[in-house]
Amino acid sequence: MSAFVWLTILTALRILARNRMRAGLTMLGIVIGVAAVIAMVSIGEGAKRAVQAQIATMGTNVIIIFPGVTSASGVRGSQGSAVTLTVSDALDLKKRIPLLVDTGWAKRDVMQIVYGNRNWNGPINGISPSYLTIRDWSFTSGGPFTQTDLESAARVALIGQTIVGNLFEPGEEPVGSVIRIKNVPFRVIGVLAPKGQSAQGSDQDDVVFIPFSTAERKVFGTSFIGSVGAMFGSTDQVEDLPMAAEQIREVLRARHRLQAEQDDDFTIRTQVDIGKVQEGTSETLTMMLFAIASVSLLVGGIGIMNILLVSVTERTREIGVRMAVGAKRRHIVMQFLIEAMTLSLVGGVLGIVLGVAGAKLTTLIAGWPTIISGNVILLAFFFSLVVGLFFGLYPANKAARLNPIEALRYE
Amino acid sequence: MSSLIECEEVWKIYQAGDMEVQALRGLSLTIEQGEFVAIMGSSGSGKSTLMNILGCLDQPTKGRYRLNGIEVSNLKPDQLAGIRNQQIGFVFQSFNLITRTSALENAQLPLFYRGLSLREQRAQAAAALGRVGLQGREHHYPTQLSGGQQQRVAIARALVTSPSLLLADEPTGNLDTQSSQEIMRVLETLNRDEGITIILVTHEVDVAAYAAREIVIKDGQILTDRTTKARPVSCPVEA
Repeated sequence: MSAFVWLTILTALRILARNRMRAGLTMLGIVIGVAAVIAMVSIGEGAKRAVQAQIATMGTNVIIIFPGVTSASGVRGSQGSAVTLTVSDALDLKKRIPLLVDTGWAKRDVMQIVYGNRNWNGPINGISPSYLTIRDWSFTSGGPFTQTDLESAARVALIGQTIVGNLFEPGEEPVGSVIRIKNVPFRVIGVLAPKGQSAQGSDQDDVVFIPFSTAERKVFGTSFIGSVGAMFGSTDQVEDLPMAAEQIREVLRARHRLQAEQDDDFTIRTQVDIGKVQEGTSETLTMMLFAIASVSLLVGGIGIMNILLVSVTERTREIGVRMAVGAKRRHIVMQFLIEAMTLSLVGGVLGIVLGVAGAKLTTLIAGWPTIISGNVILLAFFFSLVVGLFFGLYPANKAARLNPIEALRYE
Repeated sequence: MSSLIECEEVWKIYQAGDMEVQALRGLSLTIEQGEFVAIMGSSGSGKSTLMNILGCLDQPTKGRYRLNGIEVSNLKPDQLAGIRNQQIGFVFQSFNLITRTSALENAQLPLFYRGLSLREQRAQAAAALGRVGLQGREHHYPTQLSGGQQQRVAIARALVTSPSLLLADEPTGNLDTQSSQEIMRVLETLNRDEGITIILVTHEVDVAAYAAREIVIKDGQILTDRTTKARPVSCPVEA
């Protein structure tokens, strides 16, 4: 039996080699289909990984709590416009919810920053001591605030890469220099490592951090002392996020004395929530591309079936001879199935090569990240095999059902 | 020991539209091992139908056909294929070689379906080509061979399985006189020296003359069945 299979494969290859043009055109559908699957999935996976990396820049297992909105005679303000969250809320949350490793808070405002003869309008963030750890910020030079800085409301600042680029000469060391924020002089004590775009697309490096106490007392001129723009919490395990979020909600509702029928006066977002939205988008995209690729595989399969039907007709006499000398139905079925599978497999391998090359080229030319997984290649290979088998079955059966007498007489 | 071929009251009835065609009408025939039989008859006489049934390509509508003691009239298609592979060698008027494969590969074909190893297939096919005088042409393609040579490849293909029966359907119909004589001499030698049973269908008297028994079919029945004396091998055959 194995000698039979090998010889049949050899024969199939020989037939394909003799009709190179025809075989090539027939395989084209499979080649394009498989190449499309591989290129698309690689690009989709790359995009997904990029989004995941962006989300990771938020920090590790982060929960963000925004204040609610103001409402003046029915006109509602933007999110965070109400002053419902306070420093004591944050401290209390940490005390009462063991799941929270840490809580932090921040308050921001866009202000003019001046250094020498240059100026820039950027977001100034007054932050709690724990904020930098929760958000995973690291430094390229200098370091974080000291406890004394925070307690004494020192005029010290940490600046992001975008600020450095806009205020300082290339190569100039910002640490130690003095910048002015709303005319208050601040000493730069640290430069933050770049984080790039956030998952929402904003520039995370366009940022200045100053101690929360300093911001409250010397820069923002806050009317409600102790109110914050946002609170942050973090957990040890990513699985703990939903539970922690629920507990935060309960504690805050109790602290804010909200009745059962009243809406929350704050909004809680976990990193997982944000990730899900993004992943959902890229998954939809991947599924769509996959659907398109499947259609082209289907068309490729029909092409194979078509050419095999032609081949069965052309070789009716040959089939008759084979039957006369003792070929059983399964021999004839095998012969045409192997031909179909050879076509689709050779097409599949060419498609894999083309798809991988296409993905690499996309990275090279468009700069999109791509990830080529072995699974996708295996899947594509398997798919092309199945296409060959499925679409070869009908012509193969048609050949095997021929009547040997009529086949021998066929002109 | 039973006869090689035993046909009893064989009928073959086709349905052609509303018409019923009786191609064979209760034909009975016995052929012994080692005979050389010519079957003659005009077109429409039923001789092709008889050939198809004897060759296990077709089955009788009624009646019995035993080949080498095996009742084949109610076997399934795959079983018939097995019988053809084991017992029968075919030689056709139009050679029916597979054009894109070499002489050797054509002669190998029946062994291919026996599941022999490639080496055995090649050795036996080469031997069969030797028996029909084609040594050295194993790797020629059918298009590189003359008509007579192509028919000899076909005979080698029929011989390669050592069949009990060789069926030749108008083997010289597409050949010139000289090639025809060549082919007939090959068949005659195989019958005389190796004792292979040969059934030959022809409408040419001079070709039929190589056989030792001549059966004439008419209207689906045997008209005459006579033993012609063995003739001198070198008897000139002129058209």
